[in-house]
Amino acid sequence: MKIAVAIKQVPLRDSPLRVNAAGTWIEEDNLSFEINEPDAYALEEALQLREKHGGEVIVLSAGPARASQTIREALAKGADRAIHIEHADLASLDTLGVGHLLAAALRNESPDLILTGLQSDDLGYGQTGVVLAELLGLPHSTIIMQVQVMNDVQPGKLRVKRELEDGWFQHIEMPLPAVLTIQSGLNKLRYATLMGIKKAKTKEIKVVSAAELGALPPPSAVIEKIYAPEKSNQAQIFEGDAKTAAAKLVEKLRFEARVI
Amino acid sequence: MSVLAIVEQRMAGEVLAAAQEFGSPLKACSIDLPYTADAYTAAAEELIRKVNPTLVVFGHTYQTRDYAPKLAARFGRVLISDVIGGKPPVFVRQMFQGKFNADVRLSGDGPHFLSIQAGAWRAEENPAAVETFSPSSTTSRQVPEAPFRESARAVDLTAADIIVSVGRGIKEKENIPVVEALAQALGAELAASRPICDAGWLPMDRQVGSSGQTVSPKVYVAVGISGAIQHLVGMKGAKTIVAINKDRDAPIFDVAHYGIVGDLFEVVPALVEEIKKTKA
Ligand SMILES: Cc1cc2nc3c(=O)[nH]c(=O)nc-3n(C[C@H](O)[C@H](O)[C@H](O)COP(=O)(O)OP(=O)(O)OC[C@H]3O[C@@H](n4cnc5c(N)ncnc54)[C@H](O)[C@@H]3O)c2cc1C
Repeated sequence: MKIAVAIKQVPLRDSPLRVNAAGTWIEEDNLSFEINEPDAYALEEALQLREKHGGEVIVLSAGPARASQTIREALAKGADRAIHIEHADLASLDTLGVGHLLAAALRNESPDLILTGLQSDDLGYGQTGVVLAELLGLPHSTIIMQVQVMNDVQPGKLRVKRELEDGWFQHIEMPLPAVLTIQSGLNKLRYATLMGIKKAKTKEIKVVSAAELGALPPPSAVIEKIYAPEKSNQAQIFEGDAKTAAAKLVEKLRFEARVI
Repeated sequence: MSVLAIVEQRMAGEVLAAAQEFGSPLKACSIDLPYTADAYTAAAEELIRKVNPTLVVFGHTYQTRDYAPKLAARFGRVLISDVIGGKPPVFVRQMFQGKFNADVRLSGDGPHFLSIQAGAWRAEENPAAVETFSPSSTTSRQVPEAPFRESARAVDLTAADIIVSVGRGIKEKENIPVVEALAQALGAELAASRPICDAGWLPMDRQVGSSGQTVSPKVYVAVGISGAIQHLVGMKGAKTIVAINKDRDAPIFDVAHYGIVGDLFEVVPALVEEIKKTKA
């Protein structure tokens, strides 16, 4: 089975983020980056499926040059090879633009299964995988918590567990090839081994410039500016050392909330 | 600007309120089909081609997430998802997990597509009538089975008066007793954000949020929880919300009534001690 995983590089979780001078994106200097969290689960799922069914895992990432580090980490975890679509300023594209880039890079590959995380920790649009399915003419499903490739019972069939609201789930069957967007937590992430890191150095990363993949339609949504949300000032913040603050809070819980 | 609201039961009132604000004439429809992504995309496409709206509005539900981006792509557009405010042609949505807002401008001709965040608009009291749309044909590659729940919930958080809820700030499983002590001192149920349950540090049925339980206790103490929207929808009905977080900019402080900005490993033990002293 040929599995492609689309991953995105985002700022390290809990990074102190600041808006850039132009107010159009964040200040990226001095930031560290990592794989988008749900994408890490998508990669893990791809690796586990390959262990079960054989085949190969191809990592696909659109992003600036620095994304190559995250791609290398995915190879170190066990992906077989990678395609890096180099684009200096992803935020200038809308999701459809990114979808077009990913679709163009995948057309020649014709994977049996394409996985992505369900949304990115930066933009959070939550639609790259779904858009990709439409552009490639493939069936898809989202917020996936379990993937079963039914090769032994029904070749070419996929059965997935999709998350619904309030703790409900649903199984869905569809034919392969297909696109799935993966929810965090569906498996347990592996670490790269020393051996894996060493091997990754010899694995192929094919770098394609976004321009090579053809002209993109003009974006239908443009980020005009980003800014810190206005703080609601309803919260009463207790200052001082831990003990002083705790005492003030306990007083409120006792005399206003009346739960102590 | 002509507006089409495509509603499902979930969030219907909010979607109609937002749609009414965004423009007129307004048409509101629900799609009369069992849900699959393919079937709904085709049905909504047929509906849009018939109505020819400039703006199509959805609620940002899991169902919308599943098909509306595909639908928008079919029209060469993106879905501006999870919108919290604004009006045509500039809408506001969150980024970086609620740390920033972004103004997003529609560009080019309609139809444009957007979904609104749960809780961002108040449900309309006199909503427009919702028509039922039945598409001319349906086909779907996805074959759904009946929805199910994993197992009976052993813990009913909805009955709790006080909830102490723990998030990723707790760092590792071995630290869970730190918040357990607080729950015990307060006579509270222990709950958690999703990553804690995903990691198996606490059982799934203690998860609060859009994919867990929705609670409205007298007091909800959020410890080391950032306040992602998927968590907030599960607890913002609490009467009193207390947040303990080392990051003053964490979105949880926007819904909190009381807060302590600090390291939970110092604050929580101090709190436990203070409560014990008071109760003694
Ligand atoms: C479809 C979907 C459904 C989801 N459903 C749910 C759901 O039902 N429930 C849910 O909770 N989430 C849900 N999520 C996940 C949600 O988006 C967030 O990722 C999650 O809520 C974050 O959990 P957290 O706040 O514990 O972690 P983080 O966002 O990582 O926040 C940790 C916080 O701890 C603070 N912190 C760190 N160290 C300390 C310290 N020493 N002292 C004090 N504070 C500290 C940090 O400042 C930070 O604010 C869902 C996501 C999706 C996409």
